[in-house]
Amino acid sequence: MPFDPVILWTDALVYLLVAVVITIGWYIQHHSHLLTPWRRATHSASGMAALTVLVIFILIGLLDTIHFRPALDNTSDKAGEKIYSVEVLSLFDIIVTPLRTRVEKTYSAPLSAHLYAKETVELADGSQAREFTRLIYGGAHLEAPETQRINDITKRAITGAGWGLLAWSTIVVSLGMLLARQNNISFLQMQSAIWRGVTETPWYAIMITLGLIAVLLGMIVTLSTHYHVLGTDKVGQDVLYQSLKSIRTGLLIGTLTTLIMLPFALLLGIAAGYFRGWVDDVIQYTYTTLSSIPSVLLIAAAVLMMQVYIEIHPEIFDTASARADLRLLFLCIILGITSWTGLCRLLRGETLKLREMEYIQAAHAFAVSHWRIISRHILPNVMHIVLITIVMDFSGLVLAEAVLSYVGVGVDPSMISFGTMINAARLEMAREPMVWWTLLAAFGFMFILVLSANLFADAVQNAFNPRIRTLSEKASQSSCQAGNMPQSNTRSPRTATSAISSEAKDTAHP
Amino acid sequence: MMPLLEIERLKTILNTGPKPVRAVDGLGLKIFKGETFALLGESGCGKSMTALSIMRLLPETAEIIEGHIKIDGNDLLLLPETDMRKVRGKRISMIFQEPMLSLNPVMTIASQIEEVLKQHFDLHRTDIPKRILDILQQVGIPDASRRMAEYPFQFSGGMKQRVMIAMALAGEPELLIADEPTTALDVTIQAQVLDLMRELQQRTDMAILLITHDLGVVAEMAHRIAVMYAGEIIETATREDFFQRPAHPYSQKLFAALPTRSKRNRGLAVISGNVPPLSQVFQGCRFADRCDHAWELCRQTVPEWIEMAADHRVKCHLFSEQKESKDQAKIPPETASSADADYAAPHQDAELLNVTDLKIHFPIHKGLLKHIAGYVKAVDGISLTIAPGKTLALVGESGCGKTTVGKGICQLIPTTAGSVQFNGSELTGLARNQLRKKRAEFQIIFQDPYSSLNPRMRIIEILEEGMNPLDCDRHDKIKSNQKANKVDELLQRVGLPAEAKWRYPHEFSGGQRQRIAIARALAVNPKLLICDEPTSALDVSVQAQILNLLRTLQQNLGLAYLFITHNISVVEYLADEVAVMYLGRIVETGHVDEVLNAPKHPYTQALLSSVPVIEAASKRESIHLKGELPSPTNTPSGCYFHPRCPYVMPICREIYPDKSTFSATHSAHCYLYAQNQNSAEPDNKC
Repeated sequence: MPFDPVILWTDALVYLLVAVVITIGWYIQHHSHLLTPWRRATHSASGMAALTVLVIFILIGLLDTIHFRPALDNTSDKAGEKIYSVEVLSLFDIIVTPLRTRVEKTYSAPLSAHLYAKETVELADGSQAREFTRLIYGGAHLEAPETQRINDITKRAITGAGWGLLAWSTIVVSLGMLLARQNNISFLQMQSAIWRGVTETPWYAIMITLGLIAVLLGMIVTLSTHYHVLGTDKVGQDVLYQSLKSIRTGLLIGTLTTLIMLPFALLLGIAAGYFRGWVDDVIQYTYTTLSSIPSVLLIAAAVLMMQVYIEIHPEIFDTASARADLRLLFLCIILGITSWTGLCRLLRGETLKLREMEYIQAAHAFAVSHWRIISRHILPNVMHIVLITIVMDFSGLVLAEAVLSYVGVGVDPSMISFGTMINAARLEMAREPMVWWTLLAAFGFMFILVLSANLFADAVQNAFNPRIRTLSEKASQSSCQAGNMPQSNTRSPRTATSAISSEAKDTAHP
Repeated sequence: MMPLLEIERLKTILNTGPKPVRAVDGLGLKIFKGETFALLGESGCGKSMTALSIMRLLPETAEIIEGHIKIDGNDLLLLPETDMRKVRGKRISMIFQEPMLSLNPVMTIASQIEEVLKQHFDLHRTDIPKRILDILQQVGIPDASRRMAEYPFQFSGGMKQRVMIAMALAGEPELLIADEPTTALDVTIQAQVLDLMRELQQRTDMAILLITHDLGVVAEMAHRIAVMYAGEIIETATREDFFQRPAHPYSQKLFAALPTRSKRNRGLAVISGNVPPLSQVFQGCRFADRCDHAWELCRQTVPEWIEMAADHRVKCHLFSEQKESKDQAKIPPETASSADADYAAPHQDAELLNVTDLKIHFPIHKGLLKHIAGYVKAVDGISLTIAPGKTLALVGESGCGKTTVGKGICQLIPTTAGSVQFNGSELTGLARNQLRKKRAEFQIIFQDPYSSLNPRMRIIEILEEGMNPLDCDRHDKIKSNQKANKVDELLQRVGLPAEAKWRYPHEFSGGQRQRIAIARALAVNPKLLICDEPTSALDVSVQAQILNLLRTLQQNLGLAYLFITHNISVVEYLADEVAVMYLGRIVETGHVDEVLNAPKHPYTQALLSSVPVIEAASKRESIHLKGELPSPTNTPSGCYFHPRCPYVMPICREIYPDKSTFSATHSAHCYLYAQNQNSAEPDNKC
């Protein structure tokens, strides 16, 4: 085998998460009443655009999750066993090999052909001079970078954009054909419906987002073969590569931490609010105690303990990646354990309010069991709080990771993350001349990730809130305008109500 | 005579949905100095929007698109905002429905009134407290000099409404807009506040625009009346004309839908359907779809104003077409829908529910270690019985413990002492699991149909929920299609189509939700329904539908009801027996005719006389109670009612009176009547 698959701890959890999501998705697909709100979520233009961006991020994150150790060439020992590299690579690393391997000497600005610092070089005549030396890879194909560079970059960017547009039009056409077949209308009709914005799902928003991404991607791909698009860092590594690698770390910290924290918060918060009495007292004292200890201190102590343990037992990790990965997992767990108090408190308060609601009292009158009351009445009614908190925490956790890396208790220094990037940028900002691209890249990627997560969560929340009907109403209205548009079988709630009220005259009383 | 307020063709729209909602559509009215003008209508017909339009305090999304609002000939709609501020509070004041929400909780009463004074008068700093004191004394706040420095939470509901009135009066307005001023108050307090308003009007000669849905309040207060429906006024008349000869079919229906004793054992007239959504463009009469007398013309042309008598105008085609034969237009007072014959309830001697000496006390925890500092005696020893198929009404003001009794019987809150026997078996002290088997026998319907249905569950899930846990004990698993049939049947029984089961509660109106709540209770075939004010959140016409439904269900299924209410007219209509509750105890109980015709206990007498009556002719001597319900934490010694009783005697202050029996069913606890000799020791702990 040319490679040896490696499943790190976090990989396993990610696979589990993906499996769970797929199962839930399949379950929802087969239960129309569960599907309806999700379908309604797809009616929001901003939500769908955000989802498109998120999907790209998640795709990168997933590709970066499939790890393996490549076999080293021609080093089979006598037993015919292959020797695998100690370096653990991911599928994503293979795809972006040029970015990974083309390492410069030190800092270089984005799209530059020279280093960012002067170096003493020996000239042909033996004298020494200090100058900006040419990069090994960036712009190496140019003979006179001073004159050719701008032209070359423009040309390549335009070519890249052209390829991007081409790819995009292919997507538009194939997606258009697929949709047209699904709805049994002609391709042109479908296209006009999409671009007039009268489809139930705002395909035009998705198309525009995809278009932007495709053009940007095309430009980056063509440029990155000969330049460092976002420059290089202190040790000459490509910043674009680092930013892309950081996505997985960010997503992991955002999702796994929440996953670990959620059972604590849900179970304890609802139990405290619902059962009151001594259960409430115990849970309240626990989280008050926990939240009165500065969380950084707690995390630092836990991480340091773990670090010491890892250092004493180096033999349990066969690669550096495994070690870094376990550290990341522990960081997630520790963050999860220390951050459930906020959500728990919120849920307790909400449950206290809900348990006095008359429908809960009615459920008691029907002898519904505690567990069913909690799962059927209370949990769905606090889900919006959970959803909002998860998304808010997502950005908070990504930031927390940056802070912890700064203190030195964050992810392993060998692991690329937004935190380590920002941490490095701290010194670079003070440098003269300033190195700004690392921070900008980390900031830009983080911003897009968090913003699209927020927008998508907004759309989902709106769709799940039964009181907000404007979205579906607008959608059904527009589907009426389209006339022969599909999926107009979802009647708007208002017409439904009036239909009932006219029927419900007073049948009990002739 | 020049009217004080004149509104012409007022149109206010709300831009909330895809289509503008015409909340007020071409409304015109005139109010003269010193008169009370009542705007009567069901919820959602645009009454409050009219009031807010006059004050120009509309929400952001609303907009006045046409019309004039003139006060003394000056058009308010033309005034700039700075001038408008001088009108608000000075010339026109407003009091709102909910006194708990319209006072700022962190400001003292005095400083809130001071704000008004500072805005409109150039008073010297030292004169202000004197003026505030004057105003507070005017609205009858006892010990005003001390209380003016207090915060709103230290006042009771009725007192808060008095403070609101004081604030409204501080600017000495010419017009007072009262938006449902007494809806949130109890009848005895309502009577006090209405008295106060009448008295103030006589003293200051101001005009009052009274906005209400309560025909009783209108009958007590108004000089002239306008009936509003779907954004427009459909009838205006003087009070006498209106109550003797209501012209518009809608007005007539409103009267017919009121439950009264004379309609007992008959169905109430119902107005079919709902108020039409105001976002549509109306063709013809707005009431046509729900009107029994509508014909072609009604659906095509908008009716014009027709003068019936001096000061009595109506917007209805019935009166233009058949002017010469007016008698035909007169609709006989509802015979159509009173087809139900008398019924004989299944008579059994055994009592279904027997509550003896039930006490429910809530401990008050205080201090660091949460020691028990006292008890709220919400229910303090009540006994009642209900026979199968009968209705017992539990009447009382809010805070007297009615609802707690209902929940206590249902075992939703733990009882402190006493016994609740259902069908001969004791319910108190049972563990949750033991109770499960009995739960199906008695069910409860709550007051607020908006909070009694889980917004995240579909109707089918709501209905099946009751069936699941209670059925799996009795039978093996019910087949799912059998269950689905049952759901359809239940919905049909409460008058909803079977398709309704796929929807969520928010898609239904208040009345429909209450039907669903009833269907949910019926799902387990109970023998007793505890109805906790099931109609108090609903409009009159919807209330009629629900009452009809409850009555029909009682006939068909032989249900017994414990009907908890403060609405005496509902009691008259529905109940067989009445128990009057005061501060956690039953003061009088008896057959409905006995109690309502010949009330014995002074509290019952006061309660009945405080209810606004519609028949102006049969105006009773009203006994208005002083003060308000004492706190159940600190109950008065002796008879609980003695601090408010007009006939108080020295003995009343010492020992709680024993039962006085007047007939086999009728009894009361009062020293005015001979005490039973052979009964147990009087309960004299307090």
